[in-house]
Amino acid sequence: MSVQAIETQTPAEAALARSFAAMQDKGAAELRRAAWAAFSRKGLPNRRVEAWHYTDLRAALRVVAPLGDAPTQASPVLEKSRAVRLVVLDGFFRPDLSDLAALPDGVAAQSLRETLAGADADVLAALAPSGLGGDDAVVALNAALMQDGVVVRIAPGLHVARPLELAILTSGGPAHGACTRSLIVAGDGSKACVIERSKALAPSGAQENHALVFAVGSNCEIEHVARIAPQGDDAIRVYSLLLALAGNSDFKSFGLIEGGGLVRRQIFARFESEDSRVAFDGVSLLRARHHADITLFIDHASARCVSRERFRTILDGEATGVFQGKVVVRPGAQKTDGAMQSKALLLSEGAAMNSKPELEIFADDVVCGHGATCGRLDADQLFYLEARGLPRREAEGLLIEGFANEAIDNVSDEAAREEFSAALRAWLAARENNQ
Amino acid sequence: MAARQETVARVASIDVDAYKYGFFTDIEAEKAPKGLNEDIVRFISAKKNEPQWLTDWRLGAYRRWLTMAEPNWAKVDYPPIDYQDLHYYAAPKSTPGPTSLADVDPELLRTYEKLGIPLREQEILAGVETRRVAVDAVFDSVSVATTFKAELARAGVIFCPISEAVREHPELVRKYLGSVVPVTDNFFATLNSAVFSDGSFVYVPPGVRCPMELSTYFRINERNTGQFERTLIIADAGSYVSYLEGCTAPRRDENQLHAAVVELVALDDAEIKYSTVQNWYPGDSAGKGGVFNFVTKRGDCRGRNSHISWTQVETGSAITWKYPSCILRGDGSQGEFYSIAVSNGRQQVDSGTKMLHLGKNTRSRIISKGIAAGRSQNTYRGLVSAHRKASGARNFTNCDSLLIGSQCGAHTVPYIESKNASAVFEHEATTSKISEDQLFYCMQRGLSEEEATALIVNGFVREVLQKLPMEFAVEAQKLIAISLEGSVG
Repeated sequence: MSVQAIETQTPAEAALARSFAAMQDKGAAELRRAAWAAFSRKGLPNRRVEAWHYTDLRAALRVVAPLGDAPTQASPVLEKSRAVRLVVLDGFFRPDLSDLAALPDGVAAQSLRETLAGADADVLAALAPSGLGGDDAVVALNAALMQDGVVVRIAPGLHVARPLELAILTSGGPAHGACTRSLIVAGDGSKACVIERSKALAPSGAQENHALVFAVGSNCEIEHVARIAPQGDDAIRVYSLLLALAGNSDFKSFGLIEGGGLVRRQIFARFESEDSRVAFDGVSLLRARHHADITLFIDHASARCVSRERFRTILDGEATGVFQGKVVVRPGAQKTDGAMQSKALLLSEGAAMNSKPELEIFADDVVCGHGATCGRLDADQLFYLEARGLPRREAEGLLIEGFANEAIDNVSDEAAREEFSAALRAWLAARENNQ
Repeated sequence: MAARQETVARVASIDVDAYKYGFFTDIEAEKAPKGLNEDIVRFISAKKNEPQWLTDWRLGAYRRWLTMAEPNWAKVDYPPIDYQDLHYYAAPKSTPGPTSLADVDPELLRTYEKLGIPLREQEILAGVETRRVAVDAVFDSVSVATTFKAELARAGVIFCPISEAVREHPELVRKYLGSVVPVTDNFFATLNSAVFSDGSFVYVPPGVRCPMELSTYFRINERNTGQFERTLIIADAGSYVSYLEGCTAPRRDENQLHAAVVELVALDDAEIKYSTVQNWYPGDSAGKGGVFNFVTKRGDCRGRNSHISWTQVETGSAITWKYPSCILRGDGSQGEFYSIAVSNGRQQVDSGTKMLHLGKNTRSRIISKGIAAGRSQNTYRGLVSAHRKASGARNFTNCDSLLIGSQCGAHTVPYIESKNASAVFEHEATTSKISEDQLFYCMQRGLSEEEATALIVNGFVREVLQKLPMEFAVEAQKLIAISLEGSVG
């Protein structure tokens, strides 16, 4: 049915407009204004917006939490990290909590606020790459309301040995909001591993809108791993990854989502030049009434590029999983090789999964494909394990672990891979204890 | 909802009685005047001597249609359609009630012959083997020839124009019409409900295996006439029917609108096999002309262990908007969708299927082969969903696309929604071009590039061609080759 709906501003949208009014003089005024205009044309995404069909943000976001305009006083004690840590707490970069002294030569980090004050045109262009995620209302909202973030520059040719960790923390407490945007500029020929860690120090009903922008030069080798830790059940979080990749580079990204309220991880990637490769992998571990949405938009704008996507969603309780992946091959992007795979495992009667792998192809000399499956654990495999004396739960755990490891195994950084495996085992142990 | 209120108010303000004598009742008219309003709807209904309930049903649909907006989510692009610039009814010059082919106007037969419709082929086929095809030819909205009627009647099968069914079997029509595709379903289906001209009606009684393939040919002939067929097929418990639909249209410069509705109902253990070959005028190489084809086809597996199978070969039309679907309501019911969509020139195809698993242990299978050439756009759009109660549901989907030439597009938009842990859904899709190795191999053996392409394409779609009834398989194979002419080199 297509009765014309009359658009009116929801109370949440009105609250966002007030946030914008308070934010518009905080640097990059031009960028913020354009982004706000783009957002207000669309409003909060709802199920009538194709890319948000399965995640109705307008319905979920009834009351908007206010955004702070200065760093909070919180000074948590953080456990040691093997990586060089840069901390963004409650929306603001915290040099005092970060390991700035440990930054290797050739890597510079600065808060987004300082960067915006400098109003360097190149940085602004890299911060909001035109056409990348520009159609998405939440990415636009992020640009309009960004409080702070980190801008990291990796010098050309530099091989960064120790991983860089971007810790995006919230201190918790009553419903609060955070909106950050960080930028990582990888110079030509550089090599690095970036760990993104999102965590609430005290789980609560936070509203978070984080964007991480990668501007990757040519001949680079960049690995990104993200761990999105659980949050309170009424938390609403959107993580946008924007990637502009130059020629002959490798970029891979893995994301672990451990549920909690509503989480959406959206990836917008564009091949700016030829002969590059990307791999996006992810595992979502969901239970209770968690809702996790993974949405990809891979833009093969250049010839001879390769993209690989492998996502695994494990759903227990009454969780809902969403996978939407769109691979676009532009006219002239010949010799494109794209393969996307989404597999979901439903462990309980109440769980639900929605998948939409999409291909949009305008060039003929390509090899593209996608596969999507959805089902429960294989009865034969369970029988096999049980026949060998494993208790039911353990047998299930073993199969689930194997299922998730298909994606986790693609992480190159060994310590990160170990960490994700451990998180998976902990999730399984919690599941066993609950039964 | 303001538009809707406005319409309700407007409708209320019209004193229907005032139109009683001014009502346009020229039954002899061959065509309704251009445009669409309540009088036209009444005119169509009066033309067909329809009972009051059907007139009201049409008017209800029309009023609903006024409140609806044309859908714009499909990946097709066409100039706006002026719905007031169309004739909604046109009847050919008819000879009264022909009972056999001999009575059919020879002019019509010659037109069919030119179109390559093997209307007489069935006689030959009947002579060579026992297979027979009953043809209910639809010529511009009105059925003019129904053959084999007597034999079908012996088996108890009702196969007649739907307008006749309304008169002869009102209880069946009233029970099932709009029960699969509700009046309010979508913009084009609602439009069809208001102005549908004619179409086929099939009822197969319990336990009867329809003795022959049922077939119908649609053709758009008159300039500027939209065609709005309505097909209703009911397979009662334990019955089987295979229905063939083939379409051709002659060249026309102006775009022609076609918004058909097909409803299938399969009761307990019944099976319906619905096959389509569609080769309407696709427009010229510059994209001028061609048929706009907005079709709503849906089958309802209402009974236990019922089975509905859609097979389609889509080679024509400038715009195709078509999603033959199955509602798998009965436990153990089965839905199938086999499709070949070939697009060339500037054709735009947005087609696919919906498999809605509602009952337990329901199964569905989707095989879709899209071939895009020239500057065409070919989209597969499909939905597979499992309801909470659809335990043991099973789906396998395979959609492959083949690209010929660097200026066409092939797109895949599948939706997979599962609310049941025991449902197992598998989906796979690939897109590629014809392998150079295969082309080289064929050409090295003396085939021209075009022949080699046709051969490889036929191999690519073989899985679906095999599902077509014999009468169609040969025609379809030729059609695919013809459709791809000029796409190579």
